[in-house]
Amino acid sequence: MSTPALEIKQVSKVFIKKERAKRFLNKKKEKVVALSGISMSVSRREIFGVLGPNGSGKSTLIRLLSTLLLPDSGTIHIFGHDVEKEEFAVKRLINRVSVDAAFFKKFSPLENLAYAARLYGMPIRQAREKMRKIMLRLGLKEETFTSPMENMSRGMQQKVAVARGFLTSPTLLLLDEPTTGLDPYSKRDVQAFVREIREAHRATILLTTHDMEEADRLCDRIAIIDEGKIIALDTPQGLKRSVSRRNGQDATLEDVFIELTGKKMEEKEQDK
Amino acid sequence: MKEMRVAYAFIERNINLIKRYWGWEVVWLIYSLVNSLAVTYIGAGMEKITGQTLDTQYLITYLLVGTLIWSYLSVIFYSISEMIAWERWEGTIEYTFMAPVSRATHLVGTTLFAIIYGILRTLVILIIVASFFNLDLAGANLPGAVLLLLAGSVSFVGLGIVAAVLPLLYPERGAQMTNAAAAILLLISGVYYPVETLPAWLQVVSSASPATYVIKGMRGCLLHGQSTRSLLSIVFILIAAGTAVIMVGLFIFGRVERYAKRTGRLKRSG
Repeated sequence: MSTPALEIKQVSKVFIKKERAKRFLNKKKEKVVALSGISMSVSRREIFGVLGPNGSGKSTLIRLLSTLLLPDSGTIHIFGHDVEKEEFAVKRLINRVSVDAAFFKKFSPLENLAYAARLYGMPIRQAREKMRKIMLRLGLKEETFTSPMENMSRGMQQKVAVARGFLTSPTLLLLDEPTTGLDPYSKRDVQAFVREIREAHRATILLTTHDMEEADRLCDRIAIIDEGKIIALDTPQGLKRSVSRRNGQDATLEDVFIELTGKKMEEKEQDK
Repeated sequence: MKEMRVAYAFIERNINLIKRYWGWEVVWLIYSLVNSLAVTYIGAGMEKITGQTLDTQYLITYLLVGTLIWSYLSVIFYSISEMIAWERWEGTIEYTFMAPVSRATHLVGTTLFAIIYGILRTLVILIIVASFFNLDLAGANLPGAVLLLLAGSVSFVGLGIVAAVLPLLYPERGAQMTNAAAAILLLISGVYYPVETLPAWLQVVSSASPATYVIKGMRGCLLHGQSTRSLLSIVFILIAAGTAVIMVGLFIFGRVERYAKRTGRLKRSG
């Protein structure tokens, strides 16, 4: 059996939030549980979705996989490499597109992508050709390649962010709400490109999104997390079936999401 | 070869930043230039201030050396110490830190840029300030001065790495804290006056600043024509101490980076 693309075992992450108090020495510390004993495995070439309400721990999970955070407990292996102990091996295999397109605002898309290419040790001539190809494929116009990012719309900036993520041909691509802020056409472009990347580069993709239709269309399996815990994990069809059986009518992924995360909200209200 | 290509990413990025923020560069250059002129004019006006006959030419050169060397060393210090603050400000810190780049390579790129940029900037200031005064550097040991400047750069690279830790630890105020560190170095290193002028306890502290040796040596070269041979021991000490500071700086940076990853501070906003 081949090593899974991603294996997460019992991972927890707690943040300590300091609250401002009137007196300097009297600062209160509050524990915020972002992830609580999460375990899951993603196969090679799988598109795996992570859904959850705001603050459920999705971005913390992505940041742990990106080597930007260290887990408090548990282990994460990417293609067999421990994220904590073999950080460099992991970094060579991954890339990420986050919801907020972060760039040097006064640089052009080509300058920003050239910086990224150099950071990943790509020969620049080869990289330049690839940048153009990807950006054109994502529907960006050639004349925008050299104008400052700050003059571009949020959607266009997000497309450049997607191009940056794909540029280094990562074997595990982490997409953190990559289509937020894009118009329906651009969304389709990005989604089609995600599929293409999986086929052409045999990439594994982990996708977080609030767009249920997107998750349904793209993902092979989906985990729904809430309050740092996985509350359901199955194929989109499996998740919908389980809710349909319960409610006796056809369910959409949105119904599944509301049913699973909403119910918990009701329970919490009752506990109070 | 691949590592050099990666290091070049930081050089090219910084060149692009200068091109895009050229207005800031002009303002900053004018500030440094006017500051150098103002300090040097203190030497020019000393006879009038004291009412005594003084070697004005010597005073002018003495202060000019201090102001120029400080301008150069502070460029090195700030270029490196701001490598985190700048990325955080632009919002790119997460992308740079998740790229497969060692901190040493990150530093090599940043340092090479800082040295080239610092030398060019200081040369521009020197040429303009020199045109205001009748400088006589006929007996100066210029190769010795350059050697000393490069040796002193090593230490400031190390100090820059240590200071770069502050914006990692304190996302909101870290960058301002590096200013305080630079100001302390300015006070104790004899930039505008001999360190012997300082109180005894500050003189002890000043002996720990690499700038103290660089500035003293530079004045020896430029004002007294001190030979390169006699500078070798200082050069050796500066390089050895600088290398040690770089190693310690990288170690501290590595520990703090890990702490930042543990506590979630490695992100674009505080």
